[in-house]
Amino acid sequence: MRRMPERQSPRPKLGVFKFASCDGCQLSILNLEDDLLALGQALEISYFPEASSHMDAGPYDLALVEGSITREEDVHRIRAVREQATVLVTIGACATAGGIQALRNWADIESYKRLVYPSPEWIRTLETSTPISDHVKVDYELRGCPIDKDQLLRVLTDLLAGVRPRLARDSVCLECKRRGTVCVLVAKGVPCLGPVTSGGCGAICPSMGRDCYGCFGPADAREKAGSHVPNTASLAKHFHEHLGLIPAEILRRFRGINGNAPSFQGESGAWERRADA
Amino acid sequence: MSSGDGSTLPSAELPRLLDVLGAKGYRIIGPTVRDGAVVWETIRRMADLPIGWRDQQEPGRYRLERTDSRDIFGVVHGPQSVKPFTFAPREPLIRIERTSGGWSVHSHLQPAEPIALLGARPCDLAGLAIQDQIFLRGPYQDTAYAVRRKGLFLIVVNCTRALPTCFCRSMETGPRATRGFDLALTELDEVMLIEVGSEAGQAILAELPVAPASEALLAEASARIDACARSQIRSVERAKLPQVLYEVHDHPRWDEVGARCLACTNCTMVCPTCFCHTIDEAPDLTGQRTERTRLWDSCFTHEHGYIHGKNIRPTIKDRYRMWLTHKFAAWHDQFGTSGCVGCGRCLTWCPVGIDVTEEVAALLASDSRKQQKTVSQRHE
Amino acid sequence: MNDPSLLHSTTIIDKIRETADIHTYRLRIDDEDERKRYRFAAGQFNMVYLFGVGEVAISIVSDPDEPETLDHTIRSVGRVTNAIARLGVGEHLGIRGPFGQGWPLEEVLDRDVVIVTGGLGCAPVVGAIEYIFRRRRHYGAVKILHGVKTPEDLVFQERFERWGRQPDTEVFLASDRPGKAWRHHVGVVTELFEMVSFTPSRTVVLMCGPEIMMRVGVPILLRRGLPPTAVYVSLERHMECGIGLCGHCQMGPYFLCKDGPVMRYDRIEPWLGRTGV
Repeated sequence: MRRMPERQSPRPKLGVFKFASCDGCQLSILNLEDDLLALGQALEISYFPEASSHMDAGPYDLALVEGSITREEDVHRIRAVREQATVLVTIGACATAGGIQALRNWADIESYKRLVYPSPEWIRTLETSTPISDHVKVDYELRGCPIDKDQLLRVLTDLLAGVRPRLARDSVCLECKRRGTVCVLVAKGVPCLGPVTSGGCGAICPSMGRDCYGCFGPADAREKAGSHVPNTASLAKHFHEHLGLIPAEILRRFRGINGNAPSFQGESGAWERRADA
Repeated sequence: MSSGDGSTLPSAELPRLLDVLGAKGYRIIGPTVRDGAVVWETIRRMADLPIGWRDQQEPGRYRLERTDSRDIFGVVHGPQSVKPFTFAPREPLIRIERTSGGWSVHSHLQPAEPIALLGARPCDLAGLAIQDQIFLRGPYQDTAYAVRRKGLFLIVVNCTRALPTCFCRSMETGPRATRGFDLALTELDEVMLIEVGSEAGQAILAELPVAPASEALLAEASARIDACARSQIRSVERAKLPQVLYEVHDHPRWDEVGARCLACTNCTMVCPTCFCHTIDEAPDLTGQRTERTRLWDSCFTHEHGYIHGKNIRPTIKDRYRMWLTHKFAAWHDQFGTSGCVGCGRCLTWCPVGIDVTEEVAALLASDSRKQQKTVSQRHE
Repeated sequence: MNDPSLLHSTTIIDKIRETADIHTYRLRIDDEDERKRYRFAAGQFNMVYLFGVGEVAISIVSDPDEPETLDHTIRSVGRVTNAIARLGVGEHLGIRGPFGQGWPLEEVLDRDVVIVTGGLGCAPVVGAIEYIFRRRRHYGAVKILHGVKTPEDLVFQERFERWGRQPDTEVFLASDRPGKAWRHHVGVVTELFEMVSFTPSRTVVLMCGPEIMMRVGVPILLRRGLPPTAVYVSLERHMECGIGLCGHCQMGPYFLCKDGPVMRYDRIEPWLGRTGV
């Protein structure tokens, strides 16, 4: 993965691995269509059960990991993947933040099991859904539910060229304004999460008149402390004071697909305390 | 016809203006109602214009409403200034291809299609003049901007209604356009007063069924524009700018506004004068070709102040202070003018409604300045 | 140069290792006409471009009187420079430039020169030093003060030794931390000022390094009678366009790519040490 493609022989080996997820991000790879051919020429697709029954053993130059860790065996398997992979990239909200299934982190897993399954005694699962980075070192994270295929392609292109991928974490608003979308928050008064959510999606939802629900996760800074970005507190306050959302609604706003991402988690927690008070 | 003083055209005859512009080869761009606001779109017929609509704007809020009026330009403005037509949000610059001996560079620069922009506001023209200064009059000329600018025919509409967010009077950029247009319209009841600002404008006017404007009509237009100016409830006290802003670097107000600001970039995107941009490098998977595209950037992004391993402006407070100080102070040193034209867009389109006039006023408040001086004296 | 966004292709004709992560790249512009047209002043910089990756601002350290080849000393610290580091002789880099205001070396002929540098590399001032020594008799006494964090951080060691052997030249080195083989001063670079005598009316100071060094160091020199107009500092900000249009490199009212990177101290003094500027 560290050299230019024209100097590579043999081609770098790609493995695509799935944990708890809906397969939608893997489908984004298959949706690359024309570029998939070029990808197949640039990389040797060694392990990708979703696409092919032909599966080569590792090691892999690049591992794309979809899904979150929800079972004891996942914990062992992700370590094995990490050991076999030179570069590990998580793809999607599940792998990067725990996904929608991380809602279980705030609930009683036993009652969930009884609610969903006729024979809950057969279900073996952890009490939490956690991102891959809680278990192994992750080199790069692709956000989204699902990921954006163009962003995926850009990351693969950079990795093939031996270059650190550039993954901007600026707001969805920047992409809305660049494409001339009218702000749904200001013009319609809907509680759009765009101002605190990372772009990369191309601002699809607001362009369809819908409010962003944060599927690309927080627009967080490289500096972990002290930057105050994303300023979820100010946006949540605005939802409450000017758009009329009650604390429980704000809590649900932030506790969605990326509810387990630290800054969204903190914000939903703050409003949960207000809702309970 | 006395074009110096003005001509009149019945509003019902405005379709003729569209015809004449079309016949001259212009694509006509004007305000159109879309998704709850007016945006710039191609205008093919009068019905594309926001006839009978009005905008209500306040910090953090924009709403359109239908009225019984037949006003064509009853909406003051939408989120976009004229900026996207000269400084494009996404401008492909060059394509580079690998060759046997290195690589070859191909420019994407093409002659711009002639555009007639109908319905720009005086504040928009003021913003455009500032961007002209930046992109065309410095030691380096921006080619892409220059090409787009050259193809632009500007029909400004003087304002007879101020929004609560407007403060052009205090910035001396409106509500009447004094220069920088080809034609200027003032919409009165069922009649348009037209002034000519250029030879190209004169050529268009010559083909319209206009009549000389009466003294009474000219007076009526002036009265309405003056009333619009007087009705503005917001202002920026400019007397002490720019120097004072440099002196309030440690003002506690920055912490307060930093706690409200989302660093979402909206204010900079809608600003008619903000000019920051970045290059997006998009190589293809084979590594044989790459595209370089210029994108709008913002001083609120994470990367804007980044130098290897260090962010000069890591906090939202830093970024907001950078933006406001640049706009109202450094801009004077750089370009001999304020960077603010008083259009009020940054108030309206800020998701949490931060009011820059309120922030400037708080920073200029004399009591806190004194406080500041004592603080800085203590440091010395 | 009609369109400053156009790049000139160059070939790396030599790559000189300075340290493990610092190399000097000797570039020759591929197009012969362009090569003959290209002129620069000491202290100016180029935007150096790597195909498919991006650009980075790098000062030109070679002699302005020999513009046929252009030396750029580059430390691998970021996305672009790490990728450049893998290139070898015969490969290509692009350049746009030259940009910015360099050291006023022609204006300070016959003056004594005190050069103060701190930190790793500090290529902008290396070019100035070489420039002066190639024209040694046109300048007065030269004193070079260089500070590093640890003895291991001393790069260009051979150059410092070579410079120290020049006539009427003294080199003073300081390291924040002691080391076994370190025979020089232990402490910060500004402490070296105590060891250096200079005639304020005849001296010009060129300074390059961390801003804290300038903020602390320059007032010490001024107290010894040096006028603020005799001090020049080379500053660093995020540079993208190189021509004062993209907005990133602002420091107070200045665009450092256009008004700098070398600034006379009295002009920039109010902005040094201000946070977020």
